[in-house]
Amino acid sequence: MEASTALVVNAIIAGLLLGGFYAAVSLGISISFGMLDVVNIAHPAFIILGSYVAYIVNDRLGFDPILVSVVLSPLFFALGMALYRIYYLCFEKRGQESLRGLAFFFGILFITEVTLVLIFGVDYRLVTTAYSEVTWRAGDIDLPMRLFVPFLVSIAMVVALQLFLTHTFFGRAVLAVAQDQLALRLMGVNPVRVKERAFALSIATAGVAGAFLIVIQPVQPSIGREYIGLVFAVCVLGGMGSIWGTLIGALVLGIAESFTSTFFGPSWAPAVSFGLLLATLAFRPSGILGR
Amino acid sequence: MRGNSVLTTLARWLGAFAAALALAGSFATEALAQQPLRIGFGMSLTGPLAGNGKAALIAMEIWKDDVNAKGGILGRKVEFVYYDDQTNPATVPGLYTKLLDVDKVDLVVSGYGTAVIAPAMPLMMQRNLMFMTLFGLNVNSKFNYDRYFQIMPAGPEPAIGWTRGFFEAAMGLNPKPKTIALVGADAEYPHLALEGARVHVKRLGLKVVYDKSYPPNTTDYSPIVRAIQATNPDLVYLASYPPDSAGMVRAVNEVGLKTRMFGGGLVGTQFAALKTALGPLLNGVVNYELYTPELSGKFPFLDAFLKKYQERAAKEGVDPLGFYLPPYAYAMMQVLDQAITATKGLDSGKLAEYIHTHTFDTFVGKVGFAKNGEWSEPRVMMVQYNGIKGNTIDQWKQPGVVTVLEPGPYKTGVVKAPYQDAKH
Repeated sequence: MEASTALVVNAIIAGLLLGGFYAAVSLGISISFGMLDVVNIAHPAFIILGSYVAYIVNDRLGFDPILVSVVLSPLFFALGMALYRIYYLCFEKRGQESLRGLAFFFGILFITEVTLVLIFGVDYRLVTTAYSEVTWRAGDIDLPMRLFVPFLVSIAMVVALQLFLTHTFFGRAVLAVAQDQLALRLMGVNPVRVKERAFALSIATAGVAGAFLIVIQPVQPSIGREYIGLVFAVCVLGGMGSIWGTLIGALVLGIAESFTSTFFGPSWAPAVSFGLLLATLAFRPSGILGR
Repeated sequence: MRGNSVLTTLARWLGAFAAALALAGSFATEALAQQPLRIGFGMSLTGPLAGNGKAALIAMEIWKDDVNAKGGILGRKVEFVYYDDQTNPATVPGLYTKLLDVDKVDLVVSGYGTAVIAPAMPLMMQRNLMFMTLFGLNVNSKFNYDRYFQIMPAGPEPAIGWTRGFFEAAMGLNPKPKTIALVGADAEYPHLALEGARVHVKRLGLKVVYDKSYPPNTTDYSPIVRAIQATNPDLVYLASYPPDSAGMVRAVNEVGLKTRMFGGGLVGTQFAALKTALGPLLNGVVNYELYTPELSGKFPFLDAFLKKYQERAAKEGVDPLGFYLPPYAYAMMQVLDQAITATKGLDSGKLAEYIHTHTFDTFVGKVGFAKNGEWSEPRVMMVQYNGIKGNTIDQWKQPGVVTVLEPGPYKTGVVKAPYQDAKH
């Protein structure tokens, strides 16, 4: 394969793999912000918490971090339920969710970060897996397993979530609560219960995304802040409340970043990515697949 | 006769008053001598460089305990007043203003790193304070402040001294390399390191085939490495912070970078966390180090200090090796101690003059300072990692996985090239 063709193909593949990871970290925001109108600015903190949980189990017992995160996702689900219950009782029920609710999640972000610092210290943590240092090569094309495995699991997570939301009663209730809470209540469904479980689902996805993160790069407690802008950008680009939109938005940003880094210089990558976001919103304000 | 008795009485009163004044004065001096000597600083206890910051703090606290065990400095026990700068330059001016105006510390020293030293400089210059700093790369080149001192062993031209070893080792290759790719994070230290690298590039007549920087929060570095590979450089010089050092090392292994020599200015591979996490991925990488077990025996006091440090670091979850920053953080305080003791006071002007005109015996050897406050002689080692097996820490505690390439007095071998062969 010619060098420049190989470069283009590798840039596309790298962009897709990166986009898969971006989709995983943004999925929870797509639910909490896109569907439930909960501005959970602490979402990246739960991703980092997921990273550390995966790290502990990998370090002590040697289990694969991604597998661990899937098995332990019910714990994150329970955490999400508890967190939403507090948020609802203290802010949403009183109509104070906009500013005070935002401040609440900021507080959760910093409390989580500081707690992790106190327990684990500030050193970078990495995990070792059977596939971390494996790269599949086909001629000039490289497929690093460190990114490919999280990509596969991320796609599976997106597909599973989309099927759940469209093919189960509870999933359709979540979509309904995003559209009209009053109508849902009139049909005998408690929207608060639905939102509670949907929010818990978003935190569970954060826990799994955290395992992806620590497989891909070193993690320390404050690294979550770097993803705040990205997760909301992917959610908005894809279309609020659209799971497929989140995936497409993430892949678009990933490919844009990869192409720019390869051909124009990596320092331009954020500008191009977010320029794409602005251009998309200018022509389609609801996002790629937003209603 | 009556007048004489009045004068005598007056003289007696004056004498008593003078004696009382002298007594009060001696009490005040003693009281001052009993007041602790308060040294203030910001330190990165959270944020991307917190691992280093905490390690430096442990070393400084060991120094404080050692000094206080001997009675303090000028009879005064040393106390620290410090705050977390969060590795955020924006916090630094306010933090140091608080230390000086609210906490009223006796002296200030810097936190760790170029990014948090530079923002403190205008305040130090405004107040005419002597400023001992910890690992700022070429900070004073723009300020030209004559009361600035720096404990990193990069030499009087820091950016050039810091990067010299890589190019000296590279020019030892046969045939000599002709092309180079320069890449680094978009941050203070990498920018300055790359400036120094460009000076060597120009001096040696190398052709630059790639010269770009990347955002520090980049997730995947493989597009960058592929773009570099497409230019087919003989050398690749990288200046990076810990997360991107790890990212780039992983990416070069995944992409299968082919070049004659790779590395140069990676921060992070000096610490246990990245040494053990990356393990064999580091084989073949040429990078700077400040201490390796290959040097043990050359600095006996340092070996004793490292033992003390490693015991404390293990308990506090910080870099358990301590080869990078801790010895120099301790040495920085040793210089301060000796200068204060010699000048018998805390006057910034006198301290600065003393430090400029004397050399100091420290745990990292004899230290002298050039006119611009940098070390008078560079002593940054350039090494190549090889023979690393697995991810254990013990192999790093003894000689064997590091070949010291530069400077000459510490050399233990020559660089293995090309990089793709040196990995095995």
